[in-house]
Amino acid sequence: MTETVERTGGPAIGRPIRRKEDARLLTGRTNWTDNIQLPGTLYMSLLRCPMAHAKIINIDTSAALAAEGVVAVYTGKDFPELPGSTCVWPVTDEIVMSHFPAICLDEVKFGGDVVAVVLATEKYLSVDALDLIDVDYEPLPAVVDMEDALKPGSPLVHSDKGTNECYVAKMPCGDYEAATVKADRVVKRRFINQRLIPSPMEPRAVVAAPMGMSDEITIWTSTQIPHVLRVLLALLTGIPENNLRVVAPDVGGGFGAKLQINREEVLAVVLAQKLGRPIKWTETRSEHMVGTHHGRDQIQDIEMAVMNDGTLVGMKVDLLADMGAYLQIITPGTPLLGMFMYSGIYKMEALDFTCTGVYTTKTPTDAYRGAGRPEATYAIERIMDEVAFELGIEPLELRKKNWIKHEEFPYTQIAGLTYDTGNYEAATARALELFGYDELRAEQAERRAAGGPVQLGIGISTFTEMCGLAPSRTLGALKYVAGGWEHCTIRALPTGKIELITGTSPHGQGHETAWSQIASDIIGVPVEDIEVVHGDTGRAPYGMDTYGSRSLAVGGQAIKLAGERLVEKARIIAAHQLEVSPDDVEFAHGTYSVKGDPEKSTTIQAIAFEAFTAHNLPDGVEPTLSGESTVDPMDFSYPHGTHLAAMEVDTETGQVTLRKYVCVDDCGVQINPLIVEGQVHGGLAQGIAQALFEGALYDAEGNLLTGNMGDYLLPSAVDLPSFITDRTVTPSTTHPLGTKGIGEAGAIASTPAIINGVVDAIRHLGVNDVFMPASPQNVWRAIQTAQNGGAA
Amino acid sequence: MIHIGVTVDGILRHGDVEPRTLLVHWLREDLGLVGTPIGCDTSNCGACTVLIDGRSAKSCSVLAVQVEGATITTIQGLAQDGEWHPVQKAFKECHGLQCGYCTPGMVLASVDLLSENANPTEDEIRHGLEGNLCRCTGYHNIVKAVAMAAAEMRGE
Ligand code: FES
Ligand code: FES
Repeated sequence: MTETVERTGGPAIGRPIRRKEDARLLTGRTNWTDNIQLPGTLYMSLLRCPMAHAKIINIDTSAALAAEGVVAVYTGKDFPELPGSTCVWPVTDEIVMSHFPAICLDEVKFGGDVVAVVLATEKYLSVDALDLIDVDYEPLPAVVDMEDALKPGSPLVHSDKGTNECYVAKMPCGDYEAATVKADRVVKRRFINQRLIPSPMEPRAVVAAPMGMSDEITIWTSTQIPHVLRVLLALLTGIPENNLRVVAPDVGGGFGAKLQINREEVLAVVLAQKLGRPIKWTETRSEHMVGTHHGRDQIQDIEMAVMNDGTLVGMKVDLLADMGAYLQIITPGTPLLGMFMYSGIYKMEALDFTCTGVYTTKTPTDAYRGAGRPEATYAIERIMDEVAFELGIEPLELRKKNWIKHEEFPYTQIAGLTYDTGNYEAATARALELFGYDELRAEQAERRAAGGPVQLGIGISTFTEMCGLAPSRTLGALKYVAGGWEHCTIRALPTGKIELITGTSPHGQGHETAWSQIASDIIGVPVEDIEVVHGDTGRAPYGMDTYGSRSLAVGGQAIKLAGERLVEKARIIAAHQLEVSPDDVEFAHGTYSVKGDPEKSTTIQAIAFEAFTAHNLPDGVEPTLSGESTVDPMDFSYPHGTHLAAMEVDTETGQVTLRKYVCVDDCGVQINPLIVEGQVHGGLAQGIAQALFEGALYDAEGNLLTGNMGDYLLPSAVDLPSFITDRTVTPSTTHPLGTKGIGEAGAIASTPAIINGVVDAIRHLGVNDVFMPASPQNVWRAIQTAQNGGAA
Repeated sequence: MIHIGVTVDGILRHGDVEPRTLLVHWLREDLGLVGTPIGCDTSNCGACTVLIDGRSAKSCSVLAVQVEGATITTIQGLAQDGEWHPVQKAFKECHGLQCGYCTPGMVLASVDLLSENANPTEDEIRHGLEGNLCRCTGYHNIVKAVAMAAAEMRGE
């Protein structure tokens, strides 16, 4: 049984407090990595190869070395062993790993791979010198198409490995064969989840500087993962970890693109140490397009075994996942993050999952907002519409028939996850009401009958996802080489101000505000008296950083516990001051008072000062006042929601218009509804952009055709409508604050809602799929193909 | 090197620049006005937007030598005597920013938009900001913020 409640909240939790972060961001007093200018800096620029696959015959750097301002030029020969990145998730015992060089030694494996590095005293001079480097390449055949790559005789990305197959991961749950025997029919489809370029608005940048007084090198970098990065930089460079301090200053968006260890970071650190000078590198946008990892890129063969009454029996998932040329931090694991989610919110008896990772001569793939879960959600929500069509059942009715009912929670689904709470009925009912579902269905029927060129379609996505990576033991069982815990220290300073030190590392999510709200309610000090310290391994030494909607889901628990520990320590000191036993002291809103005698009281700020002077502490109590906690989560959390899209499709031109978008999400207890809503909006924009606008395209030679912001279509304000959003609140029971996670929900849910709507608009023309992005060209083609007899 | 004199955020600044130096690089690297960020190399994103003689322009697509004698306002000079511009206030009130990287450009493009059209429709706001990309907000709250600032500036 699961309970959906009215909005919850304490004095600060649950309030739409305006963000603390905004003042500096709105007045230009920001601290982006590229703002940092240290005396004596050398500017690093990278020579990237212009073709997908080639042997390096010779590199002549002499002219570059002689050029104005150039201090050094390096090639792979200078650092033949140095890795530029590494993979922490070898997903199977047999996986074929790859070495990602910091600078390529004798072969380049994707367009944008790095062959030489220039250091110069000025930025423009550094870039100028790249033109003076002469590289002699011998082209090798590109490996572009995943299916071709697996055929015998295909050219190889890594010739020493003898195969382009990186791994095959299987997860059979239940007996799929038996399910097909039992089922009345099996609906099969192939979906393409195209390659995307994450594109945070701040390009990556790094400054690495020896800091004089010790052997420390400080690295400012535009990253989501300063803590993880510090460990990896130490392992890859051999520099002792204690000599590395990693700082993520203001970071302008990440979306997975900055959940990475990159060759530019490794090189900056190594060269700063070698030359004893600050090294600075800032990515151009066009470099980002080729040189920073991409996301998605799967071919999904999906089968659903069903009864004629619509009951789902079993599902088969067979994926090809493009790794690109090398494995980076979680390249092979990314598609598997969706492995448990293919059954979505539905009950079934079997789920047979297989994923084959494939090397190609393209930019490596890795996490992009949702990482594996958008792909899984796309597959299940698209196939639900296809099943509904084949059986002649209303798509919403098919979903209702199969979803987990709210009284059935906690529910252990076919892949073994236990969904703690959920209320799909409530979220759906609210979404239908906001959408005007029946009216739109009626309009659709009218338009269909009238036969005009512009047809209406309705897209549904009733999704769930898993947030809060993750219980460390689970990660260990999945062969992931790290834990999923999170840390918080809360210090009450002598002046009564609070320092909240978190291991999460925000880049737009508003942690400074939301974490203050949580701590404010627990320790009873005003939100504005709390400073949230993050993203600096010097000031916030422990953490596992920000990705996978984990910051609140995991980090929030650590804040709560640290706050409670601080309150308990202060209670002992307060009791001593008030000359009663701690059991006789009550705590509320920052004040300790004696039970039954509320006049006798003291404040947490006063106790902080007592703990600092330590003149009058009870025996056995140590000076200073703080609370600390490192929490390993009990379980994932499972936000869910119902998204509805009204799509207009011009059947003559293929032009698609998003007319109305409604979503009702359930992320449990909301700390700050304003921030929650912002996360939903941004996620929607990215998910809708996958459906309608974005796609990284390669030609047959492996050249990226969408290599700059002019060619890769990021949506602008005119491409999107205002959204209609609301939330239901079904608190999580495995997370002490009742929260779930919201960072990725919009991106996960919206893509299938849009495509279901597009297909629904032109289903009567025989179309049962449209390739993403649903550009006029792709839609028009789908219609033509269907009209000419073949299904698209 | 060419000598230029430009009033930036109310202060006259002189400099010697290479003819090829982009305005945004002069602001950031020479004047240390790092509030104006760079998001692309193809003049698509609008992150670098500033006001040149009151009109918004992408400072990555203007050469420093072209602004000789001009008056420039960057995000760092928009507030007057510590008082935020109504657009800045509305962006905060409406949660029109997340990471904040597009924000200087969005704010200045909005200021320009409202100086042209004091009462824009949602559609006009969306078209007015077409040259400024945001990857975080989905534009929903940015559009709301501009409408709120417009109302405030009209005295409503
Ligand atoms: S930096 Fe992108 S338009 Fe100027
Ligand atoms: S707020 Fe991050 S790009 Fe707009």
